[in-house]
Amino acid sequence: MFPSLRAASYVLVHAPDMVIHNGSTQVVERTVNPESEYLKALPNHLRTFEEVVAYAPNQVYIGNMKPEELREIKEPWFDKPVASASADGPMGRIFEERLLIGLIKACDAFDLVLLEESFTEEVQPDIEALNLPEKYKKLKSGVEIERIQSEIEDRHAEPLVTGGKVVGCVKRAHDIDPNLDSHVILENLVVKATGVLSGLELLKKYDIDPLSIPYVIECSEEAAGDMNQRGGGNFAKSIAEIIGADNATGSDTRGFCAAPMHAIVKACALVKAGVYENVLVLAGGATAKLGMNGKDHLKKDLPILEDVLGGFALLITENDGVHPIFRTDLIGRHTVGTGSSPQAVMTSLITGPLDKAGLKITDIDVYSVEMQNPDVTKPAGAGDVANANYKMIAALAVMRKEIERAQINDFVRTHGLPGWAPTQGHIPSGVPYVGHALQSFLNGDIEKAMIVGKGSLFLARMTNLFDGVSIIMEKNPGVAEEAGVSKDDIRKMLSEALRDFAASLGE
Amino acid sequence: MDLENQRRVKEITEEYGADNVIVVIGGGEAEAAGLAAETVTAGDPTYAGPLAGVSLGLRVYHAVEPQFKDEVDSDTYDEQIGMMEMVLDVDAIQEEMSSIREQFSDYDD
Repeated sequence: MFPSLRAASYVLVHAPDMVIHNGSTQVVERTVNPESEYLKALPNHLRTFEEVVAYAPNQVYIGNMKPEELREIKEPWFDKPVASASADGPMGRIFEERLLIGLIKACDAFDLVLLEESFTEEVQPDIEALNLPEKYKKLKSGVEIERIQSEIEDRHAEPLVTGGKVVGCVKRAHDIDPNLDSHVILENLVVKATGVLSGLELLKKYDIDPLSIPYVIECSEEAAGDMNQRGGGNFAKSIAEIIGADNATGSDTRGFCAAPMHAIVKACALVKAGVYENVLVLAGGATAKLGMNGKDHLKKDLPILEDVLGGFALLITENDGVHPIFRTDLIGRHTVGTGSSPQAVMTSLITGPLDKAGLKITDIDVYSVEMQNPDVTKPAGAGDVANANYKMIAALAVMRKEIERAQINDFVRTHGLPGWAPTQGHIPSGVPYVGHALQSFLNGDIEKAMIVGKGSLFLARMTNLFDGVSIIMEKNPGVAEEAGVSKDDIRKMLSEALRDFAASLGE
Repeated sequence: MDLENQRRVKEITEEYGADNVIVVIGGGEAEAAGLAAETVTAGDPTYAGPLAGVSLGLRVYHAVEPQFKDEVDSDTYDEQIGMMEMVLDVDAIQEEMSSIREQFSDYDD
């Protein structure tokens, strides 16, 4: 039987000071052109937490609005706040930067994070309000600001800034090893902490016992390790520890933006093979990508829209007869031999699994592709990424003579969605819709969906190959996984055997 | 155009000469394609890469323009680019590319 999707959570963390201090575009600019006009103008273009909460794509991300509702709001969306917006949604929550900084301290196993005394006291109630295990709820005592300043100025510590002021720092973990310098440790602690938030929200919103989770797969884009094993890992287990999944182990899966899809397929395989009853797939967000297209946004006098860190968590379980299933027999793969043209990529990912099932492109109710928010990508010259992907699928349908060329836009509307996810690499890639799909399957609104993740591998300079994985999700046909043979079954089998035996006696 | 690609275009031009180089662009948006075309003709407009202040004036075409399309095998073109041709705003791309060539390319063939 096919594995089920039991739960899906989504979190955002508004991180305006991290945009300035940790986003790679800004870090590079400060290095090559410290007096730049861009850096001077940047602080005036940052949004408030309230603005970020009221931003329609963010409301969709945490489940307060359906993706389709974005169509009712004229683009761009940043200047049209949602009146009924809330930071809390059915699938997750939007958090503030100061809570994240407090949580970074709670996630710090090596005393690398120092927080200022008054800030520690200020953020303590927010940390206590999280559904963390008791032992992680009490932050260690803070230190004097002078100590923090001296770590930053004299010992290469990375400042932790919020509300425009230094409230702490992350120390380097080694004097020489660049893999353990303060910049890398900060990035890794942020991805860990946002992964923790995603896991905690999943446990809370779906009432899941953390002790029931045997395995965690983490699928972000960061690397944890030292000079002898740069990407040794293991974010998954470090996150499992903080969310109280004491019975779990785990591992990290990497594959750029396609990693979440690889992780989902692996999780499904582990569950279907009976290795684990369930697997938690999760990922946190990337500080480096904050404000990535900030220069283009400022040039067009827009706010910095890449001001949130994203995270998500999915719980894949044995088939329970209720929740939607992953068709592990209908998986699309971009292979080494596929080629890198968009046409070859889309054919392998979209029509590959459909042909195997004898389905048409139009038989899938909703496709989830690269769900990047067009408010972010259009001013940066990258166009409407989700829309372009849907047009490609529609064009494939034209080439297969399943629709007419004039129907391309209709197809995009009926089988596609507007993009809403922050441009955090792995975060927008297929997975943002999985939570909405869960609800739509349960409501009986859809029968089939295809989740597609793609990744650009050239960035690591190891191969020029492209990558991608897709999987078809279906409404649960309503038959639950059987642990074994029931007593009734045994009685029935025995009576049948006795009947046959009795009949044979009479022959 | 990213810095690595700028470096490659510069090196190839130095090795083979501008007369022997044609740059084929595959950008999905007219504006982005135009910026790439400007980079390999007038120089890097962002002044960030190896082509900042370097005017190569190269021949440059987009993969959906007839100058390129008519030169390649039509079956291969359909197989590799046919889908994208349906998806992209071909007219806008052609207009942008022509404008860049007229302004900055050293060749009018």
